[in-house]
Amino acid sequence: MNNIFVYCEVTEERLVADVSLELLSKGRKLADDLKVKLEAVVIGHKVTKPEALLYPFGVDVIHYADDEKLFPYTTLPHASIIIELFKKEKPEIVLFGATSIGRDLAPRVASALRCGLTADCTSLEIGDHFENKTQTEYKNLLYQIRPAFGGNIIATIINPETRPQMATVREGVMKKEVYSVKYKGKLNKIDARSILKDEDFAVTIIERHLEKSKIDIKNSQVVIAGGYGVGSKENFQLLFDLAEILGAQVGASRAAVDAGFVEHERQVGQTGVTVRPKLYIACGISGAVQHRAGMDQSAQIISINTDIDAPINQIADYTIHGNVADVIPRMIKYYKKNSK
Amino acid sequence: MRFRIIVLAKQVPDTRNVGKDAMKADGTVNRAALSAIFNPEDLHALEQALSIKDKIPYAEVILLTMGPTRAAEIIREAMYRGADQGFLITDRKFAGSDTLATSYALSLAVKKLAPYHLVISGRQAIDGDTAQVGPQTAEKLGIPQITYAEEILSLDAKKIIVKRRLERGVEVVNSTLPALITVHSSAPPCRQRIGKLLMKYKHARTVTELQNETKDYTELYNERPYLLIEEWSADDLKAETQNLGLSGSPTKVKKIENVVFQHKESTILSNSDKDIEKLMQTLIRSHIIG
Ligand SMILES: Cc1cc2nc3c(=O)[nH]c(=O)nc-3n(C[C@H](O)[C@H](O)[C@H](O)COP(=O)(O)OP(=O)(O)OC[C@H]3O[C@@H](n4cnc5c(N)ncnc54)[C@H](O)[C@@H]3O)c2cc1C
Ligand SMILES: Cc1cc2nc3c(=O)[nH]c(=O)nc-3n(C[C@H](O)[C@H](O)[C@H](O)COP(=O)(O)OP(=O)(O)OC[C@H]3O[C@@H](n4cnc5c(N)ncnc54)[C@H](O)[C@@H]3O)c2cc1C
Repeated sequence: MNNIFVYCEVTEERLVADVSLELLSKGRKLADDLKVKLEAVVIGHKVTKPEALLYPFGVDVIHYADDEKLFPYTTLPHASIIIELFKKEKPEIVLFGATSIGRDLAPRVASALRCGLTADCTSLEIGDHFENKTQTEYKNLLYQIRPAFGGNIIATIINPETRPQMATVREGVMKKEVYSVKYKGKLNKIDARSILKDEDFAVTIIERHLEKSKIDIKNSQVVIAGGYGVGSKENFQLLFDLAEILGAQVGASRAAVDAGFVEHERQVGQTGVTVRPKLYIACGISGAVQHRAGMDQSAQIISINTDIDAPINQIADYTIHGNVADVIPRMIKYYKKNSK
Repeated sequence: MRFRIIVLAKQVPDTRNVGKDAMKADGTVNRAALSAIFNPEDLHALEQALSIKDKIPYAEVILLTMGPTRAAEIIREAMYRGADQGFLITDRKFAGSDTLATSYALSLAVKKLAPYHLVISGRQAIDGDTAQVGPQTAEKLGIPQITYAEEILSLDAKKIIVKRRLERGVEVVNSTLPALITVHSSAPPCRQRIGKLLMKYKHARTVTELQNETKDYTELYNERPYLLIEEWSADDLKAETQNLGLSGSPTKVKKIENVVFQHKESTILSNSDKDIEKLMQTLIRSHIIG
């Protein structure tokens, strides 16, 4: 069987991104299960110490293309180098981060190689498959497990016939773990200039800058909303901290907006936005009818309130009887402890 | 020559409205209770195309969708808002397509409409949720892709300048044409239907829809041929069967589980460490978070 490859994304600071290190950690485990090698692909310019950084994650080979034209990332040059490399190396499995780079690059590569690609996997396992129609047994396939249908279903996807089996995985889903500080692999330098053609530079970057994105609580799967009971702008920061690690957005009641804790764009309710997330966590919100009008269709509701009789508790699936400032830090703590 | 813009759009079940009412008693998704809608980001894509047409009078906007007969609804919807024409790619042979097979079929249809200048899709559909079809279609067409577009800053016959919305910032890029752009939900929302266009296109039908009509439209269609929405089959696209539908799809769905929500009386938890940890474990296990 052939090897497992991980595309290593390069950050603004020219380091290999955390999501890629997480994927290398997962890739190492899969490689051990399948008794194959783990190979990393790094494409960029003057990337900070790829060898010293990557070998400890159990990387056997680093394919490194270093050229000023390869940083910052643009789609076509990176795709061309990867396609060329994979045609030669014929990987068994390839993992990409489900980031704005990985989700731009992986489908382009999969289309060129005519192989399957599974988006946003939350779990990857090795397993067998028996195809009834053709009575064929497939050994050691990659089970790619992902939510779809707006998060309402969980699908297990396999690619029985084609290689590589490609998947993208979001940041924070896999755990970053050093394999062995003494691990040593070898470096394969890729000569980018011999691969790239003029057409690969059809898109050029004119300008780039970091910018805060607009508030978008309507489309969020998880909303963490704070009310007057949160008490202060400073305490609201706790909600933002929890939102950050859950990939959620922060909402608010009108009383919280009126008190100046957060911007008006976050107000949920009759005179704010209506949300229908998978999970709505109401923190220090009493549950006035005008507020409920904007959130009572949420699939799951958790209320955190010091008042056991607050009206919001009647529509909540879970009520935590306690103080917001006290409960949220522990939700963060136990989320971190229990998620992979 | 006309400046030809092709918009790719998909009809999807409204998965965002899976509230408590759309769950069955056993806790699984009640798909029948979900209405079929114009994929939200594809409306943003359509708006980008229409706003180019506002500025360039010789631009034309053509909507392409692959789906069952019913998907003609979104072609009409696009016409009501200003699209000039639409094509429905429909054939049993397309059933079970993954994103690779979908982009193969879409790319053949786009090629049939050559010469074109710009292909605009949504970033992501809310059912399959992969965001793969745009980049894969661009690859099959051999043209550059610009993903996560928020605004078209300038455009002429040979090049386009686009502002992209990334995770932590924005990027402005220049691309040669033809190119494919995928539009992000932070782009402006789509304009509403226009009364005059609603009147003009309300009888627009595909051949299959016409066959199911009780009224005879022959005369109306002779007079107004633009009302006919063309359907393209696999043969019309000269598609190779092995690249279509299930056989053209390297990914197979092995198993599907519905995320089960048990709705019961509110469970009261103390603010003890034990209760909070148990709650977080339950949420992670049920895939609601994590
Ligand atoms: C025409 C109209 C339109 C309105 N539109 C909206 C709207 O769109 N959205 C909206 O939200 N409101 C709206 N309102 C206002 C609404 O009626 C309520 O006044 C408002 O929702 C109350 O906000 P709250 O729950 O944050 O505050 P409160 O009602 O003051 O509730 C605070 C809650 O926090 C709890 N608490 C206090 N301290 C803590 C602590 N340390 N830890 C945990 N819990 C604590 C308390 O027990 C209480 O339940 C509207 C009102 C009108 C008249
Ligand atoms: C549970 C489940 C999981 C799946 N997982 C995967 C997977 O991991 N990998 C995979 O390859 N396939 C997968 N599929 C199949 C995939 O959903 C279909 O191929 C689908 O037709 C296109 O993918 P999408 O909905 O993700 O579209 P996206 O790639 O998210 O769509 C992006 C844009 O492409 C355009 N577009 C997409 N479809 C059409 C169309 N039919 N007509 C016109 N324009 C269109 C639209 O502009 C849209 O906004 C899955 C399907 C299911 C039911």
